[in-house]
Amino acid sequence: MATRHSRSAARLMLAPAVILLLGWMLVPLTMTLYFSFKRYLPMRGDSLERGLDWVGFENYARFLSSSSFWPSVQATLVIVGGVLVITVVLGVLLAMLLDQPFWGQGIVRILVIAPFFVMPTVSALVWKNMLMDPINGILAHLWRFFGAEPVSWLSDASVQSIILIVSWQWLPFATLILLTAIQSLDSEQLEAAEMDGANPLARFGFIVLPHLSRAITIVILIQTIFLLSIFAEIFVTTGGSFGTRTLTYLIFQRVIDSQNIGLGSAGGVYAIILANIVAIFLMRIVGKNLDR
Amino acid sequence: MARAVTTRRKVITTAAAWAIGLLIFFPIYWTILTSFKTEAQAINDPPLFFFFDWTLENYAVVQERSDYMRFLWNSVIIAGGSTVLGILIAIPAAWSMAFVPSRRTKDILLWMLSTKMLPAVGVLYPISLIFVEFNLLDTRGGLIAVLMLINLPIIVWMLYTYFKEIPVDILEAARMDGAGLREEILYVLTPMAIPGIASTILLNFILAWNEAFWTLNLTAAQAAPLTAFIASYSSPEGLFFAKLSAASTMAIAPILILGWFSQKQLVRGLTFGAVK
Amino acid sequence: MGRIQLDQVKKTFGDVTVIPPLDLEIEDGEFVVFVGPSGCGKSTLLRLIAGLEDTTDGTIMIDDHDATRVPPAKRGLAMVFQSYALYPHMSVRKNIAFPLRMAKLDQAEIDRRVDGAADVLNLTDYLDRRPGQLSGGQRQRVAIGRAIVREPAAFLFDEPLSNLDAALRVGMRLEISELHKRLATTMIYVTHDQVEAMTMADKIVVLQAGVIEQVGSPLELYRRPRNTFVAGFIGSPKMNLIAGAEAAKHSAATIGVRPEHIEISETEGAWKGTVGVSEHLGSDTFFHVQCEASPEPLTVRATGEVSLSYGGEVHLTPRPEHIHRFDGQGLRID
Repeated sequence: MATRHSRSAARLMLAPAVILLLGWMLVPLTMTLYFSFKRYLPMRGDSLERGLDWVGFENYARFLSSSSFWPSVQATLVIVGGVLVITVVLGVLLAMLLDQPFWGQGIVRILVIAPFFVMPTVSALVWKNMLMDPINGILAHLWRFFGAEPVSWLSDASVQSIILIVSWQWLPFATLILLTAIQSLDSEQLEAAEMDGANPLARFGFIVLPHLSRAITIVILIQTIFLLSIFAEIFVTTGGSFGTRTLTYLIFQRVIDSQNIGLGSAGGVYAIILANIVAIFLMRIVGKNLDR
Repeated sequence: MARAVTTRRKVITTAAAWAIGLLIFFPIYWTILTSFKTEAQAINDPPLFFFFDWTLENYAVVQERSDYMRFLWNSVIIAGGSTVLGILIAIPAAWSMAFVPSRRTKDILLWMLSTKMLPAVGVLYPISLIFVEFNLLDTRGGLIAVLMLINLPIIVWMLYTYFKEIPVDILEAARMDGAGLREEILYVLTPMAIPGIASTILLNFILAWNEAFWTLNLTAAQAAPLTAFIASYSSPEGLFFAKLSAASTMAIAPILILGWFSQKQLVRGLTFGAVK
Repeated sequence: MGRIQLDQVKKTFGDVTVIPPLDLEIEDGEFVVFVGPSGCGKSTLLRLIAGLEDTTDGTIMIDDHDATRVPPAKRGLAMVFQSYALYPHMSVRKNIAFPLRMAKLDQAEIDRRVDGAADVLNLTDYLDRRPGQLSGGQRQRVAIGRAIVREPAAFLFDEPLSNLDAALRVGMRLEISELHKRLATTMIYVTHDQVEAMTMADKIVVLQAGVIEQVGSPLELYRRPRNTFVAGFIGSPKMNLIAGAEAAKHSAATIGVRPEHIEISETEGAWKGTVGVSEHLGSDTFFHVQCEASPEPLTVRATGEVSLSYGGEVHLTPRPEHIHRFDGQGLRID
């Protein structure tokens, strides 16, 4: 298919996207790296015009030794991991349920997709107030109805609450991808397995789950990309308190709230490194799975 | 061949699927419902599920307090602009990766996707500086550019997977038939990929519409879209459930309606073309 | 006009040489078939001529002009693909008109030519349908229609019949031959099916591993295969090739006898053997006979219905004038 002519045309047509993304990646990255080695507190009079003091790795050391660093990494991983586990497991089950014939498939599918359309700020606000509010939230009503003491979700079970909210947002996505994958499973394979004496559990384990592995990979990859940078959900609900300060949020606070650009930038570099570690793992898996 | 299913089993499945579907949908249903209540009814104990005095008052108050139409218009322009721009840049790129693959094609694709993993906060300050420098702060143009860039990898990726499904033969036939590169893409590839392109547009419109980091951090009054509109209700003064609900409903309604009308393309789009 | 000359044309993909330097001349109006087993480079050769692949080396002349660097659209060639490669989003009419539209012909001329082609190919009733609504044979005709409206210097066919069922294939084979007679335009046709090659070609090019094994008319190839590969490839069922002592009697490394050139008798003959499986086609009967003369069972054709029982004893006699002799390199000895 390829001739010299089409190859050079291809390079030309690929160029704008590559150049734009390269610029989008490199320019701010370089600046962040630069600031991370500087003392830069605009509130205390530091400014670019007057030049910034070189502080070497001080910002890195301070960010790392700050008492909030490791908790924030932990919070990030717990939230991302929790959401991934919940959405994948529930997604598989829900997809298998929706794959069965039942009345009103179209409508139920609409209901299930709906959370995906809701913007993060709205879903955070709705969950925080309408559902999780310890006095007037619907969950509080429910708890009282059963004679239990309403829970202050966002302070007493804050991380779990965040995981719940984010899982609600991403479950539709996981379900839909997995449903599409299940529907593409050749039913003759399942019938062959049945003829070979496999019970439903064995059929799930040996046929359905391996068939879904590619789809699960895609779900994990895409969700991780988005989950690593969840912001609005935390911004709106807890504002980073009660152990829900993720790395993203911690850096945000350093840069915006305390206006310590140098420190925040060093944090940014850590976040980038963390993201890259995750990315390398994911890309390995995805690269392998995409070849099939 | 699917086998016949007993009615009993179908009834059980139906009940389970509907129960779960309604449970998942409940927060949205509850929000929309509450938006038609008075503030007192909104926090009534026990909760009122249907029988109350329906009112549109909250919508009027919200509209009065903040200029909904301006936020809505900003959202449309920003989400639409970034998507269209992204598509225009991504189609040629996806064409070349799908039909003239080289040894580096897969690496480039994965690299593009990996740029999405760069944590936005890590570059928030530099981007703000650049925005200040070029007078882009609180402009729709600036946001269009940023949202286009953050969604570009996804657009390229999706189009790539859709284009891959198109037989190379057909493009070669067009070439034999005398079509140049422009005609090949314009008259043959694009029309054949319309369903895929539509799904891509839809999904990215939604992603851009719902994007809530850059839209919150790079806008103030002028260019603020609906994400910012609703964020202003997170402060304590917004803690009036009915008004909050009305504002929420107004923020999500356009995309909810769009999404439901184009459900089929969207389901295709949601799978990012990666799962068949 | 449609005279095509390949001069030292070579194609490599990375380290892999698909086509070592190769010369070939195709005269105007000829029906040339490239035939060979799959992976022999015949499609690549066609795509080089089409311009869909670059040559690594050598020149391609079309009507005495160097076309080696000319993009496919400018070579004046039309191609029919194995998958037909119809534009699914266009009606049959638009499909056929596409090359004309690309050539910026005026609408009246486009309509005239499309209607003409549709008439020739019996597509007039289907002009407003989409390719998806057509049968395999009809799609094939649309693909051909799209090629003929351009009035190209030559037609290139890439295994065009392999997606059709057997009955349709015979019909389309005739239609393409018919078309060639009527248009008298050069046609280059790629196939792995030697029956198609034998029945359609003016000139057959037998390829193996990118190398031309023999070029000639179907009967030349049948009568005087240049080597054992061509001998085994052309003709159905395959020629029996016998090496060893029996070949040495004819002072050759290998001898070949076609199944139709062996007499079979229950009483006497040159080679004694036992009858294996018999295949009854009605008009002919094929026997697979195991004899001492050859380690492999020999295929023998008998005309009409002949019954021999499985495991019975028979005697085979090759017709001496039809014994092909090959040397140690597999080349023909005359």
